[in-house]
Amino acid sequence: MIHEQAASPANPDGALIQIDHLIKVYQLGEIEVHALRGVSVQVTKGEFVAIMGASGSGKSTFMNILGCLDKPTKGTYILEGIDVGKLSRDELAAIRNKKIGFVFQGFNLLSRTSALENVELPLFYSSTSNKVRKARAIEAIDRVGLGDRIHHYPNQLSGGQQQRVAIARALVNDPSIILADEPTGNLDSRTSVEVMGVFQELNNNGITVILVTHEPDIASFAKRHVVFRDGKIRADKINPSPRVASEVIKAMPVIEEEEEEAA
Amino acid sequence: MKTLNILLSAFRALQRNKMRSFLTMLGIIIGVAAVIAMLAIGQGAEYSVKEQIAALGTNVLMVFPGAQQQGNVRIAAGSAVTLTDDDAQAISRECPAVQYISPGAFSGGQVIAGNLNWATSVQGVGADYLEIRQWSIEYGEFFTDQDIKGATKVCVLGKTVADNLFPESSPVDQTIRIRNVPFKVVGVLTKKGQNAMGQDQDDVILAPYTTVLRRLSHWQNLRYILVSATSLNSIGAAQQQISELLRMRHKIAPYDADDFTIRNQTDLATTATATTQILTILLASIASVSLLVGGIGIMNIMLVSVTERTREIGIRMSIGARGRDILTQFLIEALVLSLVGGIVGIILGTVGSSVISSIAKWPTIITAFSIILSFGFSIAIGIFFGFYPARKAALLNPIDALRYE
Repeated sequence: MIHEQAASPANPDGALIQIDHLIKVYQLGEIEVHALRGVSVQVTKGEFVAIMGASGSGKSTFMNILGCLDKPTKGTYILEGIDVGKLSRDELAAIRNKKIGFVFQGFNLLSRTSALENVELPLFYSSTSNKVRKARAIEAIDRVGLGDRIHHYPNQLSGGQQQRVAIARALVNDPSIILADEPTGNLDSRTSVEVMGVFQELNNNGITVILVTHEPDIASFAKRHVVFRDGKIRADKINPSPRVASEVIKAMPVIEEEEEEAA
Repeated sequence: MKTLNILLSAFRALQRNKMRSFLTMLGIIIGVAAVIAMLAIGQGAEYSVKEQIAALGTNVLMVFPGAQQQGNVRIAAGSAVTLTDDDAQAISRECPAVQYISPGAFSGGQVIAGNLNWATSVQGVGADYLEIRQWSIEYGEFFTDQDIKGATKVCVLGKTVADNLFPESSPVDQTIRIRNVPFKVVGVLTKKGQNAMGQDQDDVILAPYTTVLRRLSHWQNLRYILVSATSLNSIGAAQQQISELLRMRHKIAPYDADDFTIRNQTDLATTATATTQILTILLASIASVSLLVGGIGIMNIMLVSVTERTREIGIRMSIGARGRDILTQFLIEALVLSLVGGIVGIILGTVGSSVISSIAKWPTIITAFSIILSFGFSIAIGIFFGFYPARKAALLNPIDALRYE
C-alpha cells in the first residue's frame, strides 16, 4: 500500500477513495473558517484507517465529506470511480445509501423502533422487497452478535448493544466503506474494545473501515493512522502492530456491570 | 420507500403522540363535521322549499292586470282594471294548453261567527280552484258552478279559520258574517300548512269570486286569473296562448306593452331554490372557516414535529433518504391526520345532522356530493398545510440535522 503518493484521478490503482487537494471553507458570518486546507489521501479496499486529531483539526469536516454529507469547497473526491463533488443532493443520498455505512458516537438509532426495523431502514430507501429486506436485516444483526434481540427497542439495549445495532444498520446494504465517527465515545472501556472487536472482525472479512477518533487507545486497533492538524494531514503511517480486540478483552478484568449487560 | 411502509411509519409516528395527534385531528373533525351538518341543513331547507313549491303546483300560471298608466306615471301592477270575467272565460275556451282556470277576487276583514271573530282574507275563486291548487275538502263540500253563476253567499273555511271560529262544533251549515254579509259555510279545507314564505295557507276563506266581487269588494274586474297548464311542459305554450288571446281581446297594438302580467311558479321556484342555495353556500362557507383553522392546526403541529424530529431526519438522510423520501414521509403524516380527521368528521357530521333534524324537526339531507366535497377538502388541506413543513424537513442539511440537539 502506497500512501501520500503523487496521486491523481488518472491513476486510480483500484483505489476505493481518491482524494485530491480537498479544501473546505465555512462562512460563519463575516469570518471564513478554513476547516480543510488541501488534503490528499487515498484509501484502498480492505483498509482499516483511523483518522486522528484534536477537535478543530478538521477531521470531522473530512469525515462529513467522506460520508457524502457535505461537499468540498475545492478539490476532488472520487469514491469507486465516481466524482462525488459533481453529484446532486439525490445522487449523494443514493451514494450514502448504497456505498457508505455510518456509525455515530451517539448511536443515532430511531427510538421506539425495534432493532430489526432500525437495521431495515436503509433498505427502505433502496427499494428492496419486504422479504429480502427482513432476511438481510436479520443476517446483519446476527453478524454483530445480537440475533436474539432483534425485537428489542433501543431503550431496552445497553450502549454497546445499541452501537452493534448501529453497526448492523451500516452493514445491511453491503457498503463499500463503513465510516465510524467516534463510535466508542459514549461507551466504557470494555464495551469500547468489544465494539472495536466487531469492526476488526468486519475488516478481516474484507470490509473497509474508516474510524474517526481522538483516543490513541482506540486508534491502536486500526491498521493505518492518518493524523489531522489545522486542516491538513500531518502524518499518515501504517500501524505496524495493531492491537487485537479479542486478545485485549481476555486480558481485561471482568466488571460486574458488564456481566449484567451480558446477561 | 413503498407506500404501505410509509403509511405504516406515518401511523406509528402519529401514535407516538396520541394526544397531540388527536387534538390536531379534532380541528379537522370539527371543521368537516360542521361543513357536513351545514350542507345537510341547507340542502334540507332547499328540499323543503322545493317540496312546498311543488305542492303549490308548478304548472300554475297567474295572470294579473297590468299597471295602470296615467300619462307617464305608472301605478302598481294590478291597479289597472283590465281583467274581466269574459277574459277568464275566453282563456278557458280558447287556450288548448290550459286545463283549469279560476278567476280571482279578493277581500278581507273581520269575520264573525256567533260570539267569536277572526280577521282573515277572503279569496274569491272559481269552481276549479282546488284542482289548480291541488287542495281538497276535509269535510262538507266545495261550492259548485251553480253557486258561482248565482253568486250565492256560500263559503269554505281554511283549517285555521275553522279552528278559530268553531273551536267546538262543526262549521258546516253554520252561518258566518263577513263584513256583515251572512255566508253559509259549506265545507272545510284540509290543512295545507305554511307556504314557502312562511304564511299560513290555512288562514283563508274561499268563496265564489262572483259573490266576493258583488257583495264584498265591489270591484267590477278580476284581481287575477289562476290558470293551470295541462302539464308542466305546456306552461310555455299556455303562457303564449294566454298572452296572444289577451292582447287580441284588449286590442293592444303590436308594439305596445301588455296591460297584464303572466307569472309562473317556476320563476318562484327558481328564485326560492336560488335563495336557499345561497343559504347553503353561506352556511358551508362559515363552516369551511373552521376547516381552514383545522388545517392551520395541522401545519402548526407538523412544523413542531419537524423541529422535534430534526435528528431523526438527519439519521434518515445519512442512511440514504432523499429529500423526496422525507417530503413524502411528512406529507403522508399530514395527510393521515387530515384524512382520519375527515372520515371521523363525516361520521360525526352525519350523526350530528340527524340529531339536529330529529330535535329541531328540521329536514337535513346528506348528499354524496357533500361527503365527497368534505373528503376532498380534507385531503386538499392535508396536502396544502402539510407541504410547507414537509418541504422544510426535506430541505434540511443532513449534517445540521444530525447535529441538532
